[in-house]
Amino acid sequence: MLAGLRVHPVFKLVVQRIALGLLLLVAVSAIIFLGVEALPGDTAQAILGQSATPQALANLRAEMGLDQPPLARYVDWLGGIMTGDLGTSLSNKTDIAKAIGQRLGNTLFLAFWAAIISVPLAVLLGLVAARYNGRWPDKIISGVTLSTISLPEFVVGYLVLYFLAVKWQLFPSVAMVFPGMGMMERLNAVILPVIVLVLVVLAHMMRMTRAAILNVMQSAYIETAELKGLSPMQVIWRHAFPNAIAPVVNVVMLNLAYLVVGVVVVEVVFVYPGMGQYLVDHVTKRDLPVVQAVGLIFAAVYIGLNIMADVISILANPRLRHPK
Amino acid sequence: MRMPISAAIGLIMTGAFFLAAIFAGVIAPYGMGEIVGGVWDPVSDKHWFGTDAIGRDMLTRMIYGGQTTIFVATAATALSFITGSILGFTAAVTGGWADQVLSRLVDLVMAIPSLILALVILSVTPVTLPVLILVIGLLDATRVFRLSRAVAVDITVMDYVEAARLRGEGWAWIIFREILPNALSPLVAELGLRFIFAVLFISTLSFLGLGVQPPLADWGGIVKENSAGLVYGIPAALIPAFAIAALAISVNLVADWVLGRTTSLKGGRG
Amino acid sequence: MSRSLLEISNLRIDATAYPPGEPPKTIVLVDGVSLTLEKGKVLGLIGESGAGKSTIGLASMAYGRGGARLTGGTITLNGREIRLADARALRSLRGREVTYVAQSAAAAFNPAIKLIDQVIETSLSHGIMDRAEAEARAVMLFGKLGLPNPETFGTRYPHQVSGGQLQRAMTAMALCPKPDLVVFDEPTTALDVTTQIDVLAAIKDAIRDTGVAALYITHDLAVVAQVADDILVLRHGKKVEYGPTEQIITAPGEAYTQALVSVRSIDHKEKAPAEAVLSVKAVTARYKGTNFDVLKAITIDLPAGQTLAVVGESGSGKSTLARAITGLLPPSKGEITFAGRKLSPQLSGRSRDDLREIQMIYQMADTAMNPRQTVGTIIGRPLEFYFGLRGEAKRKRIQELLDQIEMGSGYIDRYPAELSGGQKQRVCIARALAAKPKLIICDEVTSALDPLVADGILKLLLNLQAVEHVAYLFITHDLATVRAISDRIAVMYRGEVVRYGQKSDVLAPPFDDYTDLLLSSVPEMQLGWLEQVLKHRKMESAGN
Repeated sequence: MLAGLRVHPVFKLVVQRIALGLLLLVAVSAIIFLGVEALPGDTAQAILGQSATPQALANLRAEMGLDQPPLARYVDWLGGIMTGDLGTSLSNKTDIAKAIGQRLGNTLFLAFWAAIISVPLAVLLGLVAARYNGRWPDKIISGVTLSTISLPEFVVGYLVLYFLAVKWQLFPSVAMVFPGMGMMERLNAVILPVIVLVLVVLAHMMRMTRAAILNVMQSAYIETAELKGLSPMQVIWRHAFPNAIAPVVNVVMLNLAYLVVGVVVVEVVFVYPGMGQYLVDHVTKRDLPVVQAVGLIFAAVYIGLNIMADVISILANPRLRHPK
Repeated sequence: MRMPISAAIGLIMTGAFFLAAIFAGVIAPYGMGEIVGGVWDPVSDKHWFGTDAIGRDMLTRMIYGGQTTIFVATAATALSFITGSILGFTAAVTGGWADQVLSRLVDLVMAIPSLILALVILSVTPVTLPVLILVIGLLDATRVFRLSRAVAVDITVMDYVEAARLRGEGWAWIIFREILPNALSPLVAELGLRFIFAVLFISTLSFLGLGVQPPLADWGGIVKENSAGLVYGIPAALIPAFAIAALAISVNLVADWVLGRTTSLKGGRG
Repeated sequence: MSRSLLEISNLRIDATAYPPGEPPKTIVLVDGVSLTLEKGKVLGLIGESGAGKSTIGLASMAYGRGGARLTGGTITLNGREIRLADARALRSLRGREVTYVAQSAAAAFNPAIKLIDQVIETSLSHGIMDRAEAEARAVMLFGKLGLPNPETFGTRYPHQVSGGQLQRAMTAMALCPKPDLVVFDEPTTALDVTTQIDVLAAIKDAIRDTGVAALYITHDLAVVAQVADDILVLRHGKKVEYGPTEQIITAPGEAYTQALVSVRSIDHKEKAPAEAVLSVKAVTARYKGTNFDVLKAITIDLPAGQTLAVVGESGSGKSTLARAITGLLPPSKGEITFAGRKLSPQLSGRSRDDLREIQMIYQMADTAMNPRQTVGTIIGRPLEFYFGLRGEAKRKRIQELLDQIEMGSGYIDRYPAELSGGQKQRVCIARALAAKPKLIICDEVTSALDPLVADGILKLLLNLQAVEHVAYLFITHDLATVRAISDRIAVMYRGEVVRYGQKSDVLAPPFDDYTDLLLSSVPEMQLGWLEQVLKHRKMESAGN
């Protein structure tokens, strides 16, 4: 009966893109688990140190299941993750899923506010830069953008911390959050990291928004609209906007994916109890199960945002939406 | 062709950073690990940038730190360019399954944020300079691969490349005489961007404590060492932070200029 | 004083150029041009690329494209000077009094909006009519312009209809708000020749029926002669000649206009059939990963030292034939014999002599030469590669070749970017000649050039053929070019040769349907040609 159903081709494309994304995610999980196996370095040795006896090493390996073939352990690991079991931390023998729960919430809280502020701001500034292309507002925005792109996240972090928290004492310097904290308190605590994240993604997002809008504004159909005697607002609203949505949304999604990386560093700068901090801590402790689980979560978010960007592009493309 | 003032400034600053790195041993006033003053002594005649968290001369640390940062970044950039561009060109010119395999592999690696993948790798491998260079260089090579493949694909479909093939020219002539001269400008501009990326990457890793390990130090590490002082209003950590930004901006100015020249250049003598 | 619809006097238009690495400089696009257009009349603006014809057309809407500035003179529309009018005044006249039809309708329509909404937009936004009225008028215009299913045509999106249909829809869009003047900017140039004639006729009818005045911009004098009452000939932004169409066509006053009128009138006598240098036998080919043949059992012969023109529209497979002969697309069936030996289907299986003796010249000379090599290197490489010439000997030979293409040795150290379009194509010819070939495949080599320049290239090719005794496989969509250069003709349609033989036979009746359509669609430099053709076609279809 399926043949009789008329499936819209866009639906097919979207399903294809999502399936491809899931496949990619599985491949990424394989890299994170199996690729790491191939690297030089021995987990058991790392835990017990150089002075460990061969017997102790063998015992530990057996205990951790390291004597099993890698493929079997991978399938086991992936199966666990599917059912919400992220494994046990090596360093403190706690359940990783439990440890992550609270932190994931904290990280999402931070990223959420950074996104809420940066997206409208970037789109607005990108519009302004495109509107005044080549004139002073554009030049100022481009100049500032160039400098921010050249700064690593932690430098932005410390600059903000030094001036806003220490010199002018506007905000708390350490972003302490804990369960049971009120919403306003919580917001007050994350102001600095949010500012830093906004600065970090703003520049890229603005630059790409500007380029996307300029690209649309230089199309022949915009000239057609101008030659129809439409007002600038009509030209932008009726003719530029519908075509600019897809590229701009795409830009926004890609930059939100970039937030994923920014959040790791910013959490360390402000000692914020989130996923990034947790990841870095356990890399230092060489706690592989934690690193793999958290790494996979970050990668999944990143891939998910990329899929969303593609899906939105597909949905917004009139050629695909209205096939011949 | 005249160089715009911003590019000239960028070029001079970049040159100064590299010279300081090369002659670090000659120009540094003190030894790298030498304790010569108190904790976070302020700026003075003896210590132009003050001293650090345990009383070492900040200027000396900065010069040696710059040497490490620039060395790691340069080596990683070289590695990423050599592997990325050779594989990218090969994929573009030969096409077929080699292209497919390489391209899908690169897609896969690029589907994971670089920093996250680096952290996963560094949680297993020993953290030494060669490993850092290898990790940064190879992760970055994926981007060079994409660019050089795209550039080369654009050129291989040109009629003049077809004309060379119809003439009976070998691969060497086609790659080195027809493709490379036309691909050079975008690749040079990309070189600058990749170098900046490598500087930011190694600094970030060191700042997280997963990059250059003591007794060596790079700028990112020096930020980390002195970051505790910030809360007490001691800005020592901002000095290496500014250095990273200054180096990145200088290289960016030069790269922007090269890129601008490329796009406005439609086959002239450039 | 009779009040004209549009009066332009002494117009000057400037733009600023930004050559890389040099300070910006002002360039003059249009200088001292005057014209007058009465209500309901059509004025043709004609000239080569860079003549400023589109710029003048847009100036009638007081619009400067890409930073062009209307710096001098007056533009009077309906009695009002508009060159210095403010933005609000311009908005009220654009779309209400003057409308515009662009060369590429495919790019000029907004991909995200339905056709009907774009067509009636101007009428609504200027308050000329209400939606129902505008839609009714649009449907009427769709019908008048010969669009299929006028009632529902507008519900589609631009990418859902063909190029010729879009061009008609754009004309409907321009006519919908009942303007006084329509600017047609090369409306048929991007179309295939058989489509062009229909669109041209539709535009002409629509102009006549609505009584609108028009500025008709084109580079093709034969086309403009069919629609215009007056013609203004332009060159380098200046007026060359301005007069009634009949006078311009039959008694041009200026040497440049004479050249334009007599273009494509190269007289080439067909050579008698002789032994073939190239024989293509039953060649069938398809592209990898597709499931249909782009070439279907092609059989043609090309005698040594003669020209075989392969003519057809886009998608006919004519360029694919060239790829099969050069070895870039190995045929799945059939064989190719060249100079008495069987050619390997694959490029890699061919000897160095095979490669040397078949040379190729491309449509776009720009992309056919490495921009990083000098003219000397470009021409010198085949000399070095095939004949091992070096140093002085090579330089001397390059100079000979440059003389042969009438360029002189001063160009030896120039880069392609420093040459004009015609010169670039000449260098490509010299590169082909350098290999001392027996066959040169010319793929649309004159299509991208202005008519006079193209004429020069054709003459050069004919002269070279007489001296070097080289055969040409000449691929083109332009029948005038075919007449000028060929001894033999193969007409291709959808991958097949539908007509083949000596020029005099192919171009003489009785014709097959496709060749008839193709031949009768080529605009001729005579008044009333369009009407004749259409009448002829109507009679034929009535007879059927």
